[in-house]
Amino acid sequence: MRMELIQPFINAADAVFAESLQGPTKIIDVEMDEDAYRRKGVAALVLIKGDIEGRVILDVSQEVAVKVASVLAGAEMEASEQLVRETVCELANMVIGNSVTLLNDQGFHFKVFPPEVHMNESGLAGSADTEALVICIETTCGDIFLNIAMRYLHRRRAERSAVPALD
Amino acid sequence: MKQFAALLRKDNQSVRYLVVDDSVFARKNLIKMIEMFGGELAGEAGDGLTAIAEFNRIKPDIVLMDITMPQMEGIEAVERIVRQHSDARIVMVSSVGYQENILAALQKGAKHFVQKPVKPEVLYEILRYVLSDDPNATGAPVALAGESRS
Repeated sequence: MRMELIQPFINAADAVFAESLQGPTKIIDVEMDEDAYRRKGVAALVLIKGDIEGRVILDVSQEVAVKVASVLAGAEMEASEQLVRETVCELANMVIGNSVTLLNDQGFHFKVFPPEVHMNESGLAGSADTEALVICIETTCGDIFLNIAMRYLHRRRAERSAVPALD
Repeated sequence: MKQFAALLRKDNQSVRYLVVDDSVFARKNLIKMIEMFGGELAGEAGDGLTAIAEFNRIKPDIVLMDITMPQMEGIEAVERIVRQHSDARIVMVSSVGYQENILAALQKGAKHFVQKPVKPEVLYEILRYVLSDDPNATGAPVALAGESRS
């Protein structure tokens, strides 16, 4: 677990939720996860590839998504699948954008892929050889889950080259 | 809710804004702030290509432009708009605020940058600064938003 790669996401999420949802936030649960991620609600998966790589999943229940949408829009919003999708993507974009800023200014270069929204019943694949940190953040709109798995690419290359070639 | 003194043009008219962002929420949020600042929404766009067409059609005083968008990204849209309208005043609004991005936007002709989530007081100061070199704008608050300007 590379906390120096994960901390920027936690800091960004905390700041983004507090600012955009206009209220205090609190990390109420942190756990390690090596299995396929079990969604709690609607999830936005963002892949990162470059000097560092991995993925971040932002996961909220439909009810929380509608509350978040109402706060972001400044008016009561009616629940719909599209609204929930847009809300989860918007939150993910803000968190990832702010984290990427911190990591990029530390000299890491990488590509961030657009969020993929997962609403169906299938689970999300875990990261091949990286354990993930699952964080539950309490906000004024309800709980928001983040599942973060990040690693250095050069470390993986070094590990690969250390394996003796088969004759 | 915090009150802001209205930002007006020199002719005492409202500042006209074009808001460009692929996120409906981000647009709504910015429009809410524009109204708090006494501004007028002249147009909206969800991508860079539409932004260029809307700019040519409505000639806004200020453009608030996202960076990461489908079809054409914000930085390229800035370059194209400024190439045709060297006096365009474009403020980049993005959650991706690393130095390379900011420099690229400024080099293409953007006037300033603000990071999401946008704080109204930060955007207000940036708009005031950007408007201060606008020959059509006072760049200084003259009335509280929502109050009579006469």
